[in-house]
Amino acid sequence: MEGEGSSCSSYACISRMEFGEEFHVLAVDDNLIDRKLVERLLKNSSCKGATCRESLRNKPLYALLSWYSVLHDLGLSELISESKVNLILTDYCMPGMTGYDLLKKIKESSHMREVPVVIMSSENVPTRINKCLEEGAQTFMLKPLKLSDIKKLRRQVIRSRK
Amino acid sequence: MEVSEMQRQFVEYSQSLFREGYLDSQFTQLQQLQDESNPDFVMEVVTLFFEDSERLIRDLTCALDQQIVDFKTVDAHVHQLKGSSSSIGAQRVKNACVEFRNFCEEQNADACRACLQQVNQEYFLVKSKLQTLFTMEQQIVAAGGSIPIMD
Repeated sequence: MEGEGSSCSSYACISRMEFGEEFHVLAVDDNLIDRKLVERLLKNSSCKGATCRESLRNKPLYALLSWYSVLHDLGLSELISESKVNLILTDYCMPGMTGYDLLKKIKESSHMREVPVVIMSSENVPTRINKCLEEGAQTFMLKPLKLSDIKKLRRQVIRSRK
Repeated sequence: MEVSEMQRQFVEYSQSLFREGYLDSQFTQLQQLQDESNPDFVMEVVTLFFEDSERLIRDLTCALDQQIVDFKTVDAHVHQLKGSSSSIGAQRVKNACVEFRNFCEEQNADACRACLQQVNQEYFLVKSKLQTLFTMEQQIVAAGGSIPIMD
């Protein structure tokens, strides 16, 4: 099921945006509409003009982030170290790999574990939220996202950087 | 028609969509994210929503047409549609999806098919209303007016 439709946009794409000064956010979501919304929210709340790059390396994120390849896929590691990703904002429910799985992989990785990871979900499930926070997620945000959520997040992240 | 009359009708129509539950506050969020640097944001997101939803509805129809229904697949599609309708504020579509997911969980194929009909109906209703709203906006702009800002 998830292996089909590589040409369709229903799989996660990497959007990379400037967020304030020299701040790069990696947004991961398999829903096209949600990606568009996150992009606008982040651009809207950034001080400088923001840029956005979609579908890095022309591969759907699903292909990059399968269970077997996330740690070993140089594409993702390089992306994170090269572009100095400062924050990862990921959806929880995605085909093939959940946001929790991604969080775990990032925390297990020596050079990615310092990057704060924020999990988003449309479902308010306390056990799910606690599980993510326990695994080291910076915070959990409920969808649909609003501008006030992003502003709050920005303040939190800036504070934790100091 | 005078611009002020067009604007009045636009406000009235907008308000009715919220009052009747077709749209919720998330749609207002989208409108607030639109500005001079991104004047077509709402239309762009909504257009994406139309394309994505119609694809999902087609996929759902196909999945529910199978001899042996794969409820996991059906649920995955409904989850997507629920997510995107929620993100743009299409409240009735979202609510229809919530009900649909309950029947997926129960693995009740007939109830699922009934839900799909409901989702389909709500989707085409909100699509038509949003298109009317956009047309009204375009007419106001063409006549040299500005779109009234809704709170």
